[in-house]
Amino acid sequence: MRHILSILIENEAGALARVVGLFAARAYNIDSLSVATTEDTTMSRMTIVTHGSDDVIEQITKQLNKLIEVVKVVDLTDGNHIERELMLVKVRAAGKDRDEMKRMVDIFRGRILDVTDKSYTIELTGDSDKLDAFIAAIEPGTILETVRTGASGIGRGERILKI
Amino acid sequence: MSQQQLSGAEILIRCLAEEKVEFVFGYPGGAVLNIYDEIFKQDKFKHVLVRHEQAAVHAADAYSRSSQKIGVCLVTSGPGVTNAVTGIATAYMDSIPMVVISGQVPTHAIGQDAFQECDTVGITRPCVKHNFLVKDVKDLAATLKKAFYIASTGRPGPVLVDIPKDVTANKCAFEYPKEITMRSYNPSGKGHSGQIKKAVQLLLEAKRPMIYAGGGVVLNDASVQLTKLVRMLGSPCTNTLMGLGGFPASDPQFVGMLGMHGTYEANMAMQDCDVLLAVGARFDDRVIGNPGHFFRDGRKIIHIDIDPSSISKRVKVDVPIVGYVRDVLDEMISQIHASEKKPDAAALTSWWTTIKGWQSKKCLNFKPSKPDGRIKPQAVVQALWKATGGDAIITSDVGQHQMWAAQYYPFDKPRRWINSGGLGTMGVGIPYAMGAQLANPDATVACITGEGSVQMCIQELSTCKQYHIPMKIINLNNRSLGMVRQWQEFFYGNRYAESYMDALPDFVKLAEAYGHVGMKIEKAGDVDGALREALALKDRLVFMVFITDETENVFPMIPGGKGLSEMILAEEL
Repeated sequence: MRHILSILIENEAGALARVVGLFAARAYNIDSLSVATTEDTTMSRMTIVTHGSDDVIEQITKQLNKLIEVVKVVDLTDGNHIERELMLVKVRAAGKDRDEMKRMVDIFRGRILDVTDKSYTIELTGDSDKLDAFIAAIEPGTILETVRTGASGIGRGERILKI
Repeated sequence: MSQQQLSGAEILIRCLAEEKVEFVFGYPGGAVLNIYDEIFKQDKFKHVLVRHEQAAVHAADAYSRSSQKIGVCLVTSGPGVTNAVTGIATAYMDSIPMVVISGQVPTHAIGQDAFQECDTVGITRPCVKHNFLVKDVKDLAATLKKAFYIASTGRPGPVLVDIPKDVTANKCAFEYPKEITMRSYNPSGKGHSGQIKKAVQLLLEAKRPMIYAGGGVVLNDASVQLTKLVRMLGSPCTNTLMGLGGFPASDPQFVGMLGMHGTYEANMAMQDCDVLLAVGARFDDRVIGNPGHFFRDGRKIIHIDIDPSSISKRVKVDVPIVGYVRDVLDEMISQIHASEKKPDAAALTSWWTTIKGWQSKKCLNFKPSKPDGRIKPQAVVQALWKATGGDAIITSDVGQHQMWAAQYYPFDKPRRWINSGGLGTMGVGIPYAMGAQLANPDATVACITGEGSVQMCIQELSTCKQYHIPMKIINLNNRSLGMVRQWQEFFYGNRYAESYMDALPDFVKLAEAYGHVGMKIEKAGDVDGALREALALKDRLVFMVFITDETENVFPMIPGGKGLSEMILAEEL
């Protein structure tokens, strides 16, 4: 099963390496990882998308908590949550394909950030499934380049991850 | 008035003094010269100069294992650190509290591929509880305080502090923090009282209770509590290799060590009990074998451990209790006292009848030799036990001799049995005995080893000479890497690939060359007398070479991938 882990971690040199090293050393999967400091710059917030059986996820959570610099770990998929990922895609957009591509961007509520005679650079935000769906919807041959941030997640309503 | 300014090296010395460090095991080098200069000027602790950094870490590790204090070692940058890695990983696998201080190239040279530079924090990250790179002398004292705190609390472990050379020269005011609080590190203590209640209920209702205690009992100094609980419950108790001495081996409720080379009765009781209490143990592969074969329908498992990630890692448990084992056992004892329910005496009687049936197999029996016959390695360990009154500190290396030591030297007290259980590091024996002897100057310390392992840190015989360490080395010399040879005999069709030790040195001459006493014993009838003679040389290191029967194997044995009830016994071959 797919899980989204939210981690509060001390913003110290090497802290990210400890998390990534843990996943590598114990043969856990990282599907995506995003990290940046929080409003309190001494702390970072990390979102890791991973998959595994319940036993494996339980071990991952325990092992993460064991890292000295980790303050808190929450499995967002345990409850209601919001997930967003940003994707930038550069596509070929020339001739008759140009209008069709513009329509697709509108349908997926994306934005065109940059235009040349032959290409569009598109910004798209949504959960990871939506971004996958966009990729599947356009002609594969038109994609010149994609870059994705990996998911960021937050709990819905009163669900808060803070110390 | 402004406070006195101290250099980083001076601050380090002051911090170690604040932590009441008695010994620092180390080896100098370029990056730690400032520190060594301050060591030269001080008299707060004694520095022990080893001959290889690996031994410094092992010695600090054993110092910690055999006392209740934190071992400290000091190595230089680059090769100093890489040599130390085996020692650090060994301590990490066995959860030994230790502080490793390493020199680093100056901060401005980091990342420049400087002479003797390596990414110490990166290299050691997977085998330490935590590590630090100190970039500013102002952070040094607080970092060292944190290092000692982290090493010794929660599930203990080694902590490394990497100090660049310029940081040891730079100056700042010194203040050692009295206390440390970390928002990200708060090891939990006493255990959930509701869970403890559930556990006590299960144990009192059990028809066939079993207690399985590991290294956590020794590390948390909970032997008294464990012994009390086992006696109150009337249940059998087994120890893991790491837990030996945590429960007195001479107690009639002790059924011996369990696991791959554990006793028949301990392993069978693990399988057949209806309530299993695991205390500071982690169900590892050498203990329960294949988790699938270990599973028994209806058996309830209670697991006490300070590390939540040890619980339900290999074996699903019914009642997890996270906490210091000593606190949790104390709480269990008082709840049993308060409870009106008593253990089921009739059920226990019948359970013990079953266990006595297993014990009657006498799984540790071996054929003794005639006085002029070949020496049985097991008999040497038994003779050592007799000659030392069962009260020595025993270190071992890794292999057959380690298992024979664990099987034939019953320990009644904790912190008497020092070996590398988790990582299985050959070469620890001599440095372990050094650390244990320095921590316990009045104790008899013996290192049971083989001619393979002993050569992996043999250079430390020189350290032993320098510091007058009168350990007794019991070298069970069977001219082969015995455990490897045993597996090749059982599972590889007697193809003894590279397990034969050819061109062995004359160990007696070697010991003498280092300034020690060497003895060679070749006949079974000479073992007792030789041991008595060696032990009488109280102030000398005696290197005893026992030429043993090379055909002996370690029994019982659970083949890899099998379960606890699938043991091979000696008589079955």
